[in-house]
Amino acid sequence: MTHISMTVDGVRYDDDVEPRTLLVHHLRDRLGKVGTVVGCDTSNCGSCTVLMAGNSVKSCTVLAVQADGSDVTTVEGLAGRDGSLHPVQRSFHETHALQCGYCTPGMIMAAVDLLAENPDPSDDEIREGLEGNLCRCTGYQNIVKAVREAGAAMRTSGQQVPPAKPAERPETAAQEVTT
Amino acid sequence: MTVTEDRSGAEVGRDRRRKEDSRLITGRTMWTENISLPGMLHLAILRSPMAHARITHIDVGPARELPGVVEAIAGRDIADIQGSLPCAWPVTEEMILPDYPPLAVDEVRHAGEPVAVVAARDRVSAIDALEAIEVDYEPLPAVLDMEAALADGADLVHSGHGTNKCFSWILDSAEAGTGDDVGRAEADAEVVIKRRYLQQRLIPAFMEPRSVVVDPTGEQITMWSATQIPHILRLMLAMATGVAEHKIRVIAPDVGGGFGGKLQVTPEEFIAFAAARRFGRPVKYVESRSESMLSAHHGRDQIQDITLCAKRDGTVTGLSVKLLANMGAYLGIVTPGVPLLGAFMYNAIYKFPAYRFDCTGVFTNTTKTDAYRGAGRPEATFAIERTMDELAAELGMDPLEVRRRNWIGHDEFPFTTVAGLTYDSGNYEAATDKAMELFGYDALRREQDERRQSNDPVQLGIGVSTYTEMCGLAPSRVLGQLRYGAGGWETASVRMLPTGKVEVVTGTSPHGQGHETAWSQIVADELGVPFDDVEVLHGDTRTSHKGLDTYGSRSLAVGGIALVNACQKVVDKAKPIAAHLLECDPADLEFVNGQYQVKGSPGAAKTLGDCALAVFTSHDLPDGVEPNLDADATFDPGNFSYPHGTHLCATEVDTETGRVSIRSYVAVDDVGRVVNPMIVEGQVHGGIAQGIGQALFEEAVYDADGNLLTGTFVDYLLPGSPDLPDFVTARTETPATDHPLGAKGVGEAGTIASTPAVVNAVVDALRPLGVSDVRMPCTPERVWQAIRDARNGAHEGGERS
Repeated sequence: MTHISMTVDGVRYDDDVEPRTLLVHHLRDRLGKVGTVVGCDTSNCGSCTVLMAGNSVKSCTVLAVQADGSDVTTVEGLAGRDGSLHPVQRSFHETHALQCGYCTPGMIMAAVDLLAENPDPSDDEIREGLEGNLCRCTGYQNIVKAVREAGAAMRTSGQQVPPAKPAERPETAAQEVTT
Repeated sequence: MTVTEDRSGAEVGRDRRRKEDSRLITGRTMWTENISLPGMLHLAILRSPMAHARITHIDVGPARELPGVVEAIAGRDIADIQGSLPCAWPVTEEMILPDYPPLAVDEVRHAGEPVAVVAARDRVSAIDALEAIEVDYEPLPAVLDMEAALADGADLVHSGHGTNKCFSWILDSAEAGTGDDVGRAEADAEVVIKRRYLQQRLIPAFMEPRSVVVDPTGEQITMWSATQIPHILRLMLAMATGVAEHKIRVIAPDVGGGFGGKLQVTPEEFIAFAAARRFGRPVKYVESRSESMLSAHHGRDQIQDITLCAKRDGTVTGLSVKLLANMGAYLGIVTPGVPLLGAFMYNAIYKFPAYRFDCTGVFTNTTKTDAYRGAGRPEATFAIERTMDELAAELGMDPLEVRRRNWIGHDEFPFTTVAGLTYDSGNYEAATDKAMELFGYDALRREQDERRQSNDPVQLGIGVSTYTEMCGLAPSRVLGQLRYGAGGWETASVRMLPTGKVEVVTGTSPHGQGHETAWSQIVADELGVPFDDVEVLHGDTRTSHKGLDTYGSRSLAVGGIALVNACQKVVDKAKPIAAHLLECDPADLEFVNGQYQVKGSPGAAKTLGDCALAVFTSHDLPDGVEPNLDADATFDPGNFSYPHGTHLCATEVDTETGRVSIRSYVAVDDVGRVVNPMIVEGQVHGGIAQGIGQALFEEAVYDADGNLLTGTFVDYLLPGSPDLPDFVTARTETPATDHPLGAKGVGEAGTIASTPAVVNAVVDALRPLGVSDVRMPCTPERVWQAIRDARNGAHEGGERS
C-alpha cells in the first residue's frame, strides 16, 4: 500500500492504495466519484477523462499513485456549488450533444481542456481535438456544435481557461457567463 | 383553485431541451455499475479461450484459496438452477433450438463462452483468482464458414443435432398469393442482375459495458441490469429458471446505449442470478470492454445472393433473395427472427410483381448474432439499393431515374406490397426532390463528369439510397403468424396526483432516446398541464409492471399511442367530476387547453388539477363516481410504421491510396409528425453515423481458429469525430394514418439508409475504372485492391462481395 493525497473536486482525500490501482478505480471505488465512468480497457474511448492539474487525462491510463499531490477535477466538480452549470455543460444540454450520456462526462472534460488550449477552435480543430473520445449515439455533430457554442459563450463572457487551477474553479466563472 | 397556466403553443412539435440531461451532464447518473449493496460480492467470469472444445476437467478449488475470494463455481455447480437461455423466436416448427447453458457444463462452442465464476470481496481479487482455475479442454473442430458448415460431412457445432442448419424459411409471392412467380420473371427478363453481397459481422458497441447487480435477500429477488428489456428479462428469468415471476423484480436504471445490443437475455445476467441465489448474498458483475466485444451478441453477418430482373426500360419485374444468416453458436432472444425482419423489406419502395426470399440460418462456432440497429432491414435495404444502382449502371440510367420508374407513387397509398405488407403512407417523390435540391445533385454530377474527364486522381462518387423500413414492432397478430413468442403491444398509465401533477408510467425502456422529455410533451398537450408537471417513470417492474420495452423503433410508434389513449381516458374520467364542480351537464362540457368549460362560454372552467383535488378529498363527488382519475391503456398496433426517405452521399475517393472521405451527406427523412424535432434530428445523426460505420470502418473478424481478432476498440474501429462529416438533415412530413399523433418510428432509419448511400457513392466514384463493387467496410486497402483488380482485368472489375 502506498499513501497518497489528492484534491478531487475541491475536497482533499488521503488514502492508502495498492500501487497498481488506476486513478479511475480510485475515484469510483474509493472516493465514490462515480460520475466518471469506464468505457473500455484500452484507453480508446475517453469516457473516463478528468482534469489533472488542469490537463485532461484518461483516468484509466493514470495510476492513482501518479496523481499523488494533484488537483483533480471530474465532471462532478464542474458546476458551481450553487448548481450553476459550466458553459460546456450548458451547451451540451442546449445543443442536444448527448443521448445515452455515457460518454458525456469524459467528452465534457475533454472539451473543457480543448477550449482552454484553443478558445476559438474551428470545427475541424474540435473534431481533431476530441478524437480520443468515442460517442456511439450522436454522430458527433451536436457535440461539435456544443463545443463551438461553449467557446463563443466563454469568449463573450471573458472567461478563460476555466478549471486550470483550483483558484479558478468554475463556480465563480460560470456565474459570470451571460446567456 | 382554478389556475390558468401560460401555455404558449403546443408542446408536441417543440424542440424541448431534455429533462434527462441534468443528471447526465453533472455525473449524477445511476448506471448499474454505480450500485453497491451491503455484503455484495463481485463476480469475475472465466471464459473459454477456444472456439470449440470439450471440457474434460475443471477445478475451481485453487481459486477459492486466494485472498478475498469467497466462492468459485463451475457450470456443474449451478446446473440445477441456472436454466437454459431462452430464444423467443422459433421461426419454424422444425428449427433447431440447442440447449444454451449460461455457464458451460461439458462443451464450449465459441471463444469467450463463460466456463466458471469467482465471487470475491472486490472485483480485482475476483479477476486475479480466475488464473487459478484449472480447466482442461479437448479441442474440437471449429466451424466458421457458413457455406462450409452446410456442406455434407461438415464438422458440427452441435453434434447432437446432426446438422449446422438451424432453419430454412421461405417467402414466395406466388405461393403466398401476393405476386407472380419469380422463376417465370427471370425466364422472361430482358435484364438480369445477379450479385452477391456480404454483410460483415458488426459489434453494437454501446458505450456503457453491460453490468448486472442481483440482490437475493428481499422478498423479491431484485436484478438491476444495463438492459433495454427489463420486462422481457423478468419474464424470461421466471420461465427459464423456475423462480416465480412475482418473486422477481427487474430494474433498468440509467442505461448507456443499446442499439439492439442490450435487447438480450444474457448468460451474465443468468449467471449472476444463479450465483446470488446460491450464495444468498448480493452480487455484481461488470464486464470489461474486451468481454463485451467477445460475449455480447454481434450483428449482421449474412451472405446475400440477389437476382434482380428487369426490362430494358428499367422497369423491375422480379426479385429473388437467397440468404445465409450466421446465427453464431447459440440462439439469443430473437436471433433467428432478425433475417426475417428483412424478408419483408427487400422489395423496399419498388413495385416488384414477383418476389422470393429464401433464408437459411446457420450455426457456427462464433459469438451469437442478434438484433443490431435496424435488425434485418439494413441488410435488405443495402442489398436492394446496391442492386438498383447496378441496374442503373447496366442500363446507363441515372440511379434516381431507375428508382422513380419503379417506386410507389404518393397517390398509390395505402399500397400492398409483393411481400404482403400494406404501407399506409409515404411520399417518395417529395423526399427525393428535397434531398436533390439540398444536395445540389445536378451540380455534383457535372463536377463528377469533369473529374472523370480530367482523370483526376481523386474521383467523386454520388450515392443514392431511397429507403423505407417497417418498424414500430409490432402487430401481435403478425408476430404470432411469424411464431414470435410474445405480442407487440405497449402500455402506459397516467396517475393524477392531488396537486394536479402527473406521473406517467410507460412500458417502454429508454436508454438514450429521451422518452422522459418526449412523453412529457405528449402528456402536457393531452392533459393541458405544464411540461414540468409531468414525471415519466420507467424501467422498474415494481412501478412499471407491464411493458414490452424499447427496440425496433417502437416506443413512440406503439407506446406513444398507449400514452395518448391513457391520457384520453383520464380526460373522460374527470369530465363528470368537472361537471359536478361546475354544476352543469357533462354533455355541455368541452376540454380545451387543459380546462373543462361549458361549450360556448369559456368563463367558468375547471382544470384537471381541480378535479384531481376533488377526487383526493372525495368530500363532494357525484353519486356512483369512483374517486380515481388514474387510467391505463394498452395498445396493439394494427400495422407497422413505415418511415422513409432519401439519403444522398458524395464521396471523394483517392484512387492512388484508396482513401474515402465523405464530402457531403444529405438526409431527408419522413418520419411522419414529430414530437421533438431536436431529438429526432439527433436520432438521425446517430443512425447515419452507425450506418457509415458499417460502410467504411467496422468489421468483427475471427481468425482461422475462431479467435476474435477485433476484441478491443484498438482493433474494432468505431467512427471518431474526425471520421464523420456534418450531415445536412431535413424532413418531409407525411403523417402515419394509423397513429393519433401521425408519428412514425425514427430510431433505426438513419442506419438503414446510410450504409448503401455511402457504398453506392464509393462504387460510383470508381465505376469508370471498372469497379462494380467494394466489399464492406470500404477501407483504403479494400478500395485500393478493388481498383488494382479492375485494372488487372479481374472478373467484373474488383473484389466481388
